[in-house]
Amino acid sequence: MTDTHEMERQATAAPAIELKGISKAFGPVQANKDISIRVMPGTIHGIIGENGAGKSTLMSILYGFYKADKGEIFISGRKTEIPDSQAAIAAGIGMVFQHFKLVENFTVLENIILGAEDGRLLKPSLAKARKSLLKLADDYGLRVDPDALIQDIGVGMQQRVEILKALYRQADILILDEPTGVLTPAEADQLFRILGRLKSEGKTIILITHKLREIMETTDTVSVMRRGEMTATVKTSETSPAELAELMVGRKVLLRVDKDVATPGEVILDIKGLRVVDDKGVERLRGIDLQVRAGEILGVAGVAGNGQSELLEVLGGYQTGTGSVRVNGQELDLTGKHSDGQSRRKHGIAHVPEDRQREGLIMDYHAWENTAFGYHKDPAYRSGMLMNNAAIKADTVEKMERFDVRPPNPKLAAKNFSGGNQQKIVLAREIERNPDLLLIGQPTRGVDIGAIEFIHQQIVALRDQGKAILLVSVELEEILALSDRVAVMFDGQVMGTRDASATDEKELGLMMAGITEAQSTPMEA
Amino acid sequence: MDYLTLIQLLDSTVRLATPLLLACLAGLFSERAGIFDIGLDGKMLAAAFFSAAIAAITGNVWLGLLAGIAASLALSLLHGLASITFRGNQLISGVAINFLAAGLTVLIAQSWFQQGGRTPSLIGGARFNPITLPFAGQIEPMPFIGPLYAELISGHSILVYMAFAAVPLTWWILYRTRFGLRLRAVGENPAAVDTAGVSVIGLRYAAVCICGVLCGVAGAYLSTALQAGFIKDMSAGRGYIALAALIFAKWRPWYALWATLLFGLFGALETRPDVIEALIGIKVQGQLLGALPYVMTVIILAGFVGKAIPPRAGGEPYVKER
Repeated sequence: MTDTHEMERQATAAPAIELKGISKAFGPVQANKDISIRVMPGTIHGIIGENGAGKSTLMSILYGFYKADKGEIFISGRKTEIPDSQAAIAAGIGMVFQHFKLVENFTVLENIILGAEDGRLLKPSLAKARKSLLKLADDYGLRVDPDALIQDIGVGMQQRVEILKALYRQADILILDEPTGVLTPAEADQLFRILGRLKSEGKTIILITHKLREIMETTDTVSVMRRGEMTATVKTSETSPAELAELMVGRKVLLRVDKDVATPGEVILDIKGLRVVDDKGVERLRGIDLQVRAGEILGVAGVAGNGQSELLEVLGGYQTGTGSVRVNGQELDLTGKHSDGQSRRKHGIAHVPEDRQREGLIMDYHAWENTAFGYHKDPAYRSGMLMNNAAIKADTVEKMERFDVRPPNPKLAAKNFSGGNQQKIVLAREIERNPDLLLIGQPTRGVDIGAIEFIHQQIVALRDQGKAILLVSVELEEILALSDRVAVMFDGQVMGTRDASATDEKELGLMMAGITEAQSTPMEA
Repeated sequence: MDYLTLIQLLDSTVRLATPLLLACLAGLFSERAGIFDIGLDGKMLAAAFFSAAIAAITGNVWLGLLAGIAASLALSLLHGLASITFRGNQLISGVAINFLAAGLTVLIAQSWFQQGGRTPSLIGGARFNPITLPFAGQIEPMPFIGPLYAELISGHSILVYMAFAAVPLTWWILYRTRFGLRLRAVGENPAAVDTAGVSVIGLRYAAVCICGVLCGVAGAYLSTALQAGFIKDMSAGRGYIALAALIFAKWRPWYALWATLLFGLFGALETRPDVIEALIGIKVQGQLLGALPYVMTVIILAGFVGKAIPPRAGGEPYVKER
């Protein structure tokens, strides 16, 4: 009697999911390094980390998209192989992807039964699904119109359909990958109410996010990932946003950048009340006011996804917004009618975009061709109607030398350079044009240590020439090392601006978590 | 234009629409699954040759039909291999198949029959002959209905009736079966199918195979029913017109029927310039009518007659990613 009782207790005590020593490499990049994790049934477990920290890779392994190089998966205490999605579904795992996997011109009902039909004919499957949909709607408060087309319903509803898909397949473990990325705050609140309901019904939920607030509000336990490694797993009630922010951003050996005190001149960039609404209707920038002066570096810090990318995009001319942005006193067009890279360059703006492989370079093109992009109308690059390729190549060789690009071969395709050297090619192209304002996003992401130092020196040198620099980085340490002033962004707003010399990681970390001084009393457990 | 002329015109419309309809439905299956198939023409041509050749050799048209289907299926699998398994460019693979078929059919025909790249003329059981439907003789003398039944509805080869029956069948498969749901889904969002635990590759191969079978029947119809034997390039761009009809039909089975009938009518009018002259009072060049399907497709694509939205994942090989 006691034995069966004991066994039952043991059974319920087995973790819903246990990963042991999961490793996965893509070529030379180690996406997951020896990751172990235990998630108890009936809990919400958060996995938090920067973009590229390896969260999504880990969940893809759990859902059978990738095969782990090493490691074991246990579901409810049983060792389980998950070679494909079918196996994941059979093991009771449901996944709600960041980008929904729905067929847009199908109805809700058709999407739900897709792949889980009961027989060869649709009619009985649809009838049965309609019935269980009503039941699920009652059980979990997930109401949807079964006959609506996916393309006609909002993203919040679409996400609900994804959750219903998983529940219809009798998933006990639900993985949500960045579920609030596309939601409005109201929709997000609704989602968390649903998750709470699911948890109370005994479902296990894994929530992947880089938003600290969501972790603090909804999870029972939280794991922090950084650069492919699991850096910590803690009880949510025993941690604080500041601690999590620190764990996420991490602390490396302090970078030192030799620079003198800045001597800021007149205002070059003047942003007032800048707002951006993305194509999903979500407000990404909610009234930004910032100024950057000549001869100073303004660092924009923040956890990724709080509006920094949109800020760069709208300034760079490929995102529309409202409000006022002046450069050298001249108003920039934000409507998208006259705004593009070309017109921004005319205003004296150079831009080193965050994602150099997508926005900064054409990976299949030669280095010399990439050097000319955006500046191809430069008279020095032309001879009559034709491009003067010889001149571009000669110029590229010179630039490669000055920026120490290795190998210094202008005929090599951009994709064949290392990350650091790719960045140097972009930097050389933009800095050498002597801009009044340099926009630079994630200057050293994926760049090796040696190149980091070089790139930092170039940025400081440009400042010393009296140029204004807007630096966006998720590396807090980089921000502190380079910036003269630091602005912290949170949820589409500027939480505050500090002099770099008068602040530290602790204060900035709190601001990155959305906590202003007034609230910065210690969080209680 | 008298009633009998109209019936004759519609009769040849049906004959000319049949291969277009079969090829159009073939393309529909393939493209609805996300595999663009510009090689319909080549597959028809290969099927036309092999069905005529085997029918000529064996004297049995049914064996010819099977050979035609097998040839078309083989090319379909080649297309599948290139575009599904090896994720190659679907247009290039399709064009290659067209060239392959155009060259190989004539080459083999010459080698087998030494008749200048033709097959011998098919006679008797080596051809699909017209079928007279029951009571055609009795109903024929009746006014109005008589000629309609005896001339237009009766008196086609079995393949014509098969083609027309394929329309409701295709509709039923697409919209009423599990296979159809998955097929449509894989052409719209293969990732949705994959994450639901269904094989994208399996579905796409199935679709490509159905496409091959239908193209095979279309080709066999050309050489063993519409005409009596294979001649060089006898598909005459019908595969392309079928593709145009597919766009015109917005990738839907019933619309495909109307689109191919319309294009068949243009074809029929092309051979009867006298009818047009009588109708509109001016002489129209036959070639102009031949170009009409393409002109209309351009108009459709430009969005003048509602929007023709192709399957969203069409033309793109599926690579697992998130």
